[in-house]
Amino acid sequence: MKWGVVSFPGSLDDRDALGALRDVMEQDAVALWHRDESLGAVDCVVLPGGFSYGDYLRCGAIARFAPIMKSIARFAADGGLVMGICNGFQILCEAHLLPGALTRNRSLSFICETASLRVENAATPFTRAARKGQILRIPIKHGEGLYVAPDDELDRMERRGQVILRYASADGESADAANPNGSMRSIAGVANETFNVFGLMPHPEHAVEKILGGEDGRIIFQSIIRSLHSSQASAV
Amino acid sequence: MRARIFVTPRQGILDPQGRAVEHALKTLGFDGVSGVKVGRYIVLDVDDSLSPEDARVAVTRMCDRLLANPLIEDYRLEVDSE
Repeated sequence: MKWGVVSFPGSLDDRDALGALRDVMEQDAVALWHRDESLGAVDCVVLPGGFSYGDYLRCGAIARFAPIMKSIARFAADGGLVMGICNGFQILCEAHLLPGALTRNRSLSFICETASLRVENAATPFTRAARKGQILRIPIKHGEGLYVAPDDELDRMERRGQVILRYASADGESADAANPNGSMRSIAGVANETFNVFGLMPHPEHAVEKILGGEDGRIIFQSIIRSLHSSQASAV
Repeated sequence: MRARIFVTPRQGILDPQGRAVEHALKTLGFDGVSGVKVGRYIVLDVDDSLSPEDARVAVTRMCDRLLANPLIEDYRLEVDSE
């Protein structure tokens, strides 16, 4: 089982993601470069946080045309697991691998804090180690995390279970006061229709060690590891 | 040939920048201001060998692919014909 973490010019959290995967989750993880045309033999691709191409024009708008994105689109179309964190989420939306878009926070300020997230769908490859309704405490740090999609699209996504994580208060209420950035319907993380592409604004790679404030992020990585194990077992 | 592209937040999409600017204008005493939107203005030169019509088609494709995100933004463009 092998992970690939993509670095774009301006990626910030690629090393943290590699560190979380290798040192904490004890996974085989390789660094991929935005100009690579092949993903190699990876089983899951992570698009990390940061400010790819300086966030020029719109966050993720330029990164989506990087050479590696063609391979990622093919990999996703073949059912490969792809997770975009923060800027990675923005890139996946711009690439139309996920629905919606991410725009300027309602407050106009950059937010850096630990968020409470309610797991809305625990039957996905990215959340199967969690319980539906479980609260995960995972940091957010972004200026443009307000999730937007047309209302009818949001209705369809909710019906299909594509809304995976929602901002909530610590006791699990999804009140507007607990919505840090003004995201429509307090959405923090979504999946595509086939549930193999996942994007989220919070940073699970920053929440894998108690000494650094919490380890709820491990639940996301554990979910993916379990999914990869079971798909490999069924392929044998 | 010069093309000018005006990208603005789509109708119905929350535009916190526009709202903040509108609020600031009112604070300064500019009453009767509403509907403020803050967008992006892009200028670019296109090959003079293109006809103005072809240039407009080319710039429209640029807008749809990269310069604007139709989900959240509207755009308007002007192509100089001189």
